[in-house]
Amino acid sequence: MSSDNTIDSAAVKKVANLARLKVTEEQTATYGAQLSGIIGFVEQLSEVNTDNVEPLASVVDITLPPREDEVTDGNMQEEILANAPETLEGFFVVPKVVE
Amino acid sequence: MTNLTNLTITEALKGLSAKDFSAMDITNAHIDAMAAAKDLNCFITETPELALEQAKASDKRRASGDALALDGIPIAMKDLFCTKGVQTTAASHILEGFVPQYESTVSQKLLDAGTITLGKANLDEFAMGSSNTSSYFGNVISPWRDDSGADLVPGGSSGGSAAAVAARISMAATGTDTGGSIRQPAAFCGITGMKPTYGRCSRWGVVAFASSLDQPGAFGRSVEDTALLLQAMSGHDPKDSTSANLPVPDFAAALTGDIKGLKIGIPKEYRVDGMPEEIETEWQKGIDMLKNAGAEIVDISLPHTKYALPVYYVIAPAECSSNLARYDGVRYGLRVEGEDLNATYENTRAEGFGDEVKRRIMIGTYALSSGYYDAYYIKAQKVRRLISQDFMSAFEKCDALLTPTAPSAAFAIGENEDDPIKMYLNDVFTVPASLAGLPGMSVPTSLNAKGLPLGLQILGRPWDEETVLRVGGVLESAANFTAIPNINAKIAA
Repeated sequence: MSSDNTIDSAAVKKVANLARLKVTEEQTATYGAQLSGIIGFVEQLSEVNTDNVEPLASVVDITLPPREDEVTDGNMQEEILANAPETLEGFFVVPKVVE
Repeated sequence: MTNLTNLTITEALKGLSAKDFSAMDITNAHIDAMAAAKDLNCFITETPELALEQAKASDKRRASGDALALDGIPIAMKDLFCTKGVQTTAASHILEGFVPQYESTVSQKLLDAGTITLGKANLDEFAMGSSNTSSYFGNVISPWRDDSGADLVPGGSSGGSAAAVAARISMAATGTDTGGSIRQPAAFCGITGMKPTYGRCSRWGVVAFASSLDQPGAFGRSVEDTALLLQAMSGHDPKDSTSANLPVPDFAAALTGDIKGLKIGIPKEYRVDGMPEEIETEWQKGIDMLKNAGAEIVDISLPHTKYALPVYYVIAPAECSSNLARYDGVRYGLRVEGEDLNATYENTRAEGFGDEVKRRIMIGTYALSSGYYDAYYIKAQKVRRLISQDFMSAFEKCDALLTPTAPSAAFAIGENEDDPIKMYLNDVFTVPASLAGLPGMSVPTSLNAKGLPLGLQILGRPWDEETVLRVGGVLESAANFTAIPNINAKIAA
């Protein structure tokens, strides 16, 4: 684990971009300090010897149950669109993405 | 007539079946209580008309001899459960106005058990918090007060649920617990709250925060009430792939009052540095109560305890950043237009999410990003296994654990806000069991010197809610906690 745990403005901007969150210059500094604090706090995990330890993703010791590959639901266009900010002729509307 | 808002579920069911009062009477009394305590801000959406309709149907069923298990019992539904036709916000601006077209499995089960829904309870935004101060719809104020007179937090994230039950607005309530969000507010509000084993209650239709940790659970003013509500919420659901296909035991029947010979583990690592003396004393009182009831007290060790919070603050934000990627301003919720699609995403999410949610999304994104994934995320998952193994080894020596629920009593609104980690430390005793998926419950045991409730936590083996409840029942009888919040004492006087 890296010992340098400060998250500078460039790192905040990169993460914010990956997370699709707009941040102002002012917020960048605040978040940088707070995120550095949290990352500094979790750095203590590097003390723990985890050689030969398998990562634990879920406490549920089951394999995901398969089911028949068949349609079980559907025909609910109206319900699906009911909460959309903008719809047109049965579709979701987004800002133009192709010129 | 009996004070209908002070009844336990058990008492209410008895009175309903004896025709001492109707579901309509109970519901009206609670709607009045909800209106009188509006200042506490326990609800984001109140649904009195719906509640009255449900009460009418409930009385009809009872009259024709078809009463259901919890018929006529008014509850608060944490606003994280999707409810068909009723706004569901997760306390976030980004979901303001969202009206689900479907009913979550847990809330459907409760409707099928005949409960009356008073409204959607306030919470920390997306269930991220320990104080209920991150809701877009305002803070929840605890019905308890100390002599400082300051408004206190009810705990979080299920703060509205816990405050509503404590303030006698609601007879019981649903909650969800990711790192302590049922147990900690139960302790702060002087009521009982239980998170069952991960997989006992379906997560289908519950707005997701950290999917490997999120688990619905119940609040009540007695251990038995909590068991009754949890019973109705539990059971296998094919729509949630992590829901366990196991029979649900009769939880209330587990309250035998007999813990003779049961081994209760006391984890030495929970005596943390700087723990207030009142918490230490309370814990010792609880140990003595269980010993006097015939339990054998066993010292145990959970060596990786101190790493639970850092593990949690990698895993929960990582899962949160992934789950919350769905809020894009396209299919539901808020949209803030930008010059192109990317700008629309960024504007929508910047305006729609609050500060704590953004912090967690960014931490999670960072921990999952290229170059840091192994160092943070995989590392945290490995330590999570060690924490889980600690508990499994402990349960070879004991049947349940007793610990404090939280490291302090409720604090004033605004405290612990200066540093995110200070707030995170509230969950130091609840997070380890969440990482291991264990059932846990908080039982109120005393008031501290300032007159605020303290609670103790009981943890059990996976799928052994019954032992947790049995120990909880004994602790409840021994502690005989009868205090009611100051605002209710004022109304009664």
